[in-house]
Amino acid sequence: MDDAAEPILGDQNGAAGSDQPSPVLRTKHALPTRLWHWLTAISVIVLFMSGLNIFNAHPMLYWGSYGANADPHWLKLSQFPAWATIPGYYSLADARLWHFFFAIILAFGLLAFLLVSIVNRHIQRDLHIGRREWARDNIRRDIVSHAKFEFVGETTQKGYNWLQKITYIAAIFILIPGMIVTGIAMSPAMDANWTWLLELLGGRQSARSIHFIFAWSLFAFFLLHIILVLLTRPLAQMRGMITGGRKPVETD
Amino acid sequence: MSDTPISRRALLGSTAAIGSGLLLSGCDRLNGSETFRGILQTGGDVNFAVHRALGSHSALAREFPISARSPFFRGNGTQNPTAAPYPAALAENFANWTLEARGLVDRPGRWTLDALRAMPQRTQTTRHDCVEGWSAIGTWTGVPLRLLLDQVGVQKAARYVVFRCADVMGGGIPYYESIDLIDARHPQTIIAHKLNDQPLPVRNGAPLRLRVETQLGYKHAKYLQAIELVASLEDIGQGKGGYWEDVASYAWYAGI
Repeated sequence: MDDAAEPILGDQNGAAGSDQPSPVLRTKHALPTRLWHWLTAISVIVLFMSGLNIFNAHPMLYWGSYGANADPHWLKLSQFPAWATIPGYYSLADARLWHFFFAIILAFGLLAFLLVSIVNRHIQRDLHIGRREWARDNIRRDIVSHAKFEFVGETTQKGYNWLQKITYIAAIFILIPGMIVTGIAMSPAMDANWTWLLELLGGRQSARSIHFIFAWSLFAFFLLHIILVLLTRPLAQMRGMITGGRKPVETD
Repeated sequence: MSDTPISRRALLGSTAAIGSGLLLSGCDRLNGSETFRGILQTGGDVNFAVHRALGSHSALAREFPISARSPFFRGNGTQNPTAAPYPAALAENFANWTLEARGLVDRPGRWTLDALRAMPQRTQTTRHDCVEGWSAIGTWTGVPLRLLLDQVGVQKAARYVVFRCADVMGGGIPYYESIDLIDARHPQTIIAHKLNDQPLPVRNGAPLRLRVETQLGYKHAKYLQAIELVASLEDIGQGKGGYWEDVASYAWYAGI
C-alpha cells in the first residue's frame, strides 16, 4: 500500500468523545464475487489436473493446423506424474468427463461474474485502473514496495494497488477467457460453426499449444496468489473471501 | 447423490482441498461413484445439446488446400487387422469386399467396391483430430453416406447408423461405432476409399472407412463391413453406441 499512512476516511468526522477513529465500512467482497471466486478456484484446480491427464495422452505440442508424431514439435515431455492428475491414474476418457463438466462451470461462471460485476460496479470500482494510477511514479513506487516485501502482514485497506489490479485483470480478462476460447477451438464441431476461431488462433494445434501455455500461466498466477495471501494475514484474507469481510469506504 | 460421505467430502473439498493428496484420493473415490460419474456426464450432455441447438447441422468443417496436407498421415487404434476374413481379403486386394446395408432399411443389400466407386464421389481435404490431441490433414475421396442411405431407403423409426468393422479389439469384440442421422446426412460425411488420391492404406482403414468431419477420430470407423440402421443404441454392444464408449466411458458425442 503506497498510501497506508494516509488517514482513514471517517477520521475527520470521527465520533465525538472517541479517541479511536471509526471508519465507515463496507463489505470487502460482495457475495457474487465470493461465490464466483470459490467456484472458479475448484474449477481451475480440477481443470488443470484433469488437463494434465489429457495431455499425457499425447505429450507433444505443435504450431499450425496439424501436428502428430512425425511432424516438427516445439515441446515434447514425458507424462505428468499420477499424483498431479485427475483421476490419479492415466485415463483419458475419465479425465475428459471431469474436464468438460468443470469447463462449463468455469465458462458460464465467468460470464455470470462479468455481467454481475458490471452491474454492481465491482469492475469499474475495484479493478479499473484510473489515469492517476498509470503515473510512472505510482507504478515505480508500487513495484519497489512489492520488491521490498513491504506489503507483508498488511491487508488491503483501500482497494487494490496497480500491480494487484494488473494481475487480476490479466487473470480475469485474458487468461481465463483465453483458456475457454482455446478450449472451444479444439472442438471439431465448434470449428465447423465458428470458422473464424482457428483463423484467429492460427490452427488447431496452435490453439492446443496456447491452451497449454495459458494453463501454466494460470498455475503461476495461482501460486503467486496463494503466496501473497499467506504473506498478508492469511486468516483474515480467507475469512474475508468467505464471509465478505469489511473495508473502509473510499473518499473518491 | 446416494452416498452421503462422498457428497459431504465434495462440498467440503471446495474450500479445504489444496493439499493434493487429500484432493486426489477424494477425486478417485468420486471417479468410482456411478452417481458422480452421471453428474460429470451432464457436462458432455450440455455440450451436445448446445452444439445441436445453436450450431448448424450442416456447417462444413474447414477444407484445406492440398499443400496443407500432413506429410505423413499416421494411423491409430488397429493398424493391421489380423482376424479373418481381413488378411485373406487384403491378400486379394479386397476384390470381393462388400459393404452391407441392414437393419431398418427398405432394401437391405450389399455394395461391391466397384459399385461404390461408380456412385457420385466427394473429395475433401480436412483435418482429422484424434481424441489424444494430435491432428493430421489429408484428402479423402468417397461416397456421401446420405446417398447410400437414400439408395436403401431409411425407415421412419431409424435414428442411428451403426458401423460394423473387421478389426477385432480386446475381448474379441469387433470394432463398432454409431452416429445419429443428422451427422449421417451431413454433406461431408462420406464412406471413404481413398486417402491422398491413393486407395486407403491398411493403417488408415482399407478398404473403406467412415469420415465424419465434425467429430473426433474414434468415431471414424475403419475396415467397414456393414452399416446398420437402428432406432436405439440400447441393443448395440453394452448400449453406449460404440466400442470405446462401452469399454472405457468415452463420450458417444465426440464433437468436442
